[in-house]
Amino acid sequence: MSKIPLQFRHNGRDVAIFVDGGTNLLAALRELIGDMTPKFGCGQGGCGTCSVLIDGELHLSCLTLAETVAGRSIETLDGMKQGPNLHPLQRAFADNFAAQCGYCTPGMLMAAKALLDRNPSPSRDEVIEAISGNICRCTGYEPIINAILAAAGGRVSA
Amino acid sequence: MTRHRGRGIASINYPIGMNLGGDPSQALVHSNPSGKFTVALSSIDLGQGMKSVTRQICAETLGVPVEDVYVDTADSDTGPHCMGSFASRGTHRVGNAVMAAAREARGVMMEAAAEELEVNAADLETDGRGNIHVKGAPHRSISTKDVAIAAQFKQGKTISGRGIFLVPLSAVDPETGEMSPATCYAHACLVAEVDVDDETGEVAMVRMDSAYELGRALNPRLVEQQLVGGAWMGVSHALYETPEPYYPEPVHGPRDFVEYLMPGPGDICPHDIAVLERPAPDGPFGAKGPGEMCANPVLPAVANAIFNAVGVRIDDLPITPEKVLRAIKAQGGARPQARH
Repeated sequence: MSKIPLQFRHNGRDVAIFVDGGTNLLAALRELIGDMTPKFGCGQGGCGTCSVLIDGELHLSCLTLAETVAGRSIETLDGMKQGPNLHPLQRAFADNFAAQCGYCTPGMLMAAKALLDRNPSPSRDEVIEAISGNICRCTGYEPIINAILAAAGGRVSA
Repeated sequence: MTRHRGRGIASINYPIGMNLGGDPSQALVHSNPSGKFTVALSSIDLGQGMKSVTRQICAETLGVPVEDVYVDTADSDTGPHCMGSFASRGTHRVGNAVMAAAREARGVMMEAAAEELEVNAADLETDGRGNIHVKGAPHRSISTKDVAIAAQFKQGKTISGRGIFLVPLSAVDPETGEMSPATCYAHACLVAEVDVDDETGEVAMVRMDSAYELGRALNPRLVEQQLVGGAWMGVSHALYETPEPYYPEPVHGPRDFVEYLMPGPGDICPHDIAVLERPAPDGPFGAKGPGEMCANPVLPAVANAIFNAVGVRIDDLPITPEKVLRAIKAQGGARPQARH
C-alpha cells in the first residue's frame, strides 16, 4: 500500500508525515511524530487515555483515522506546558494528588482542558460528565474532579 | 418501583505483610560523590508513594534533607531483593529495610566526619540541613557533601549501608492451629449507605464514613490518596468488577476495557475519612501500611447495607443487579430491615 502524505498542525507547529492508509491518529502521533503523551490504553475507545483535541474538540485518537486530520489543528498534553510553567490544570492535578500511576492523566488533562476551554466555570456535575469517558484505576476520581474544579476556580497558581 | 435506603457497617483487623518465607525486603543506601544519597530497591512504586515514603524514611534516619535522597526502584536485576508491592507491606517492610540501611550508612558517614573534624564520632550530630557538627559546638561543622568527598577520595571509604527486614517464619501449631502470621495489624471501620432499586436490582452508593487506624501516617496526603482511591476499588470490587460473571462458566466474561465493568466518575459518593494514628512498635517511625487494607472494609459494609435496605443477603461478589433482583424475587419482595 502506498504512503499517504499528511500535513496538520501539532501543538501549534506544522508537521508533515507519510502514513499508511488506515493508520490511526494515536499511532501517527506516537510513532511518526514522537509525541508519547497520548497513551495507548484499550485501543477501542473504552478508556480515554489517548484523548487529544482536534480543532479544540475532544477526540479519541485511537479511533481517529490519521488521514481525517489533514489541515486540522491537534493539541496533545505535550503542548499544554508553557516553557517551564505548568498549565494551571497540571498544577492543580499535582496539588490535588490527582494522579497515582499516571496512566490516565494525559487523557484526563485533555478532557479537562476541552471542558474549561468552552466552559470556564463548570459545575461539579459538568466536570463529572466531561471525564466520564475516561477510566482511572487508582484515584477514585474524587481528587481529579477536585483538581479540575480548583483549576477552574483559579485557586491554583499558573 | 421503590428505592430503598440501607446502611451497613464493617470492621477489619488487617495484618500488614504476610507470613510466606518471612516476607523479606532489602534496601541498599550509598552516598554519591556529590554528597547525595541513593536508595536502591527492587520494590515497585505503582503510584502509591513508595518512593516518597522511603525517601522520607532514609532522609530522616540519615539526618539529611529529603532533597538529598534519591530512590531508585528501577530494576529487580540490579536492586536488592524485595517480595513485592502488595499486602499493604511496602511502608512497613521496605521502610524498615531502608531504615536499617540508612542507619548503617549514617554510622559510616559519622565516622568519616569524625576523622575530618578530628573528634569522636559519638560527639557528632546532624542538623538535618546537610551539615554534621560537634554537639554543643555548631561552628565545628562539616557538610555531608565534604564528608562524602573526603570518604571517597581521601579516606577510601564507601558511605553505604545494607538493610533487610525479615519476620521469622511462623509455623502452625499442629494441636491448636495457632500461628503468628503477622507482626503488625492495621484496623478500619466503615459505614456504607446505599440505595437499592427493587425493580432493577441496581445498587447506588450514597455515602461512606470511615475511620482507619494505620500507625503513624508518614505522609498524610499520600495516606489520604490511598484511602480515597482504595475505597473506590472496594466499591468496584463489591458491585462491579469480575472477570467471570458466571463462574466457572466463561460465557459473558469481559475481554477488554469496554466490557470489563468499573464505576466511572459519576458512580462515586461522598466519603468522610478519619485517620487514627497509633504508632506501631515495629514500624518505621511507627508506620503500618495503608495500601490494600483500605479497600477491604468496603465490601462487607456494602453487602450489609444491601441487606439492611431490602433484606437480601448476597454472599457472592460482585453484587450485581441480577443477583440482587433474583434474591428479592426469591424472598417475595423487598424486606427493608430496621435502621439504627
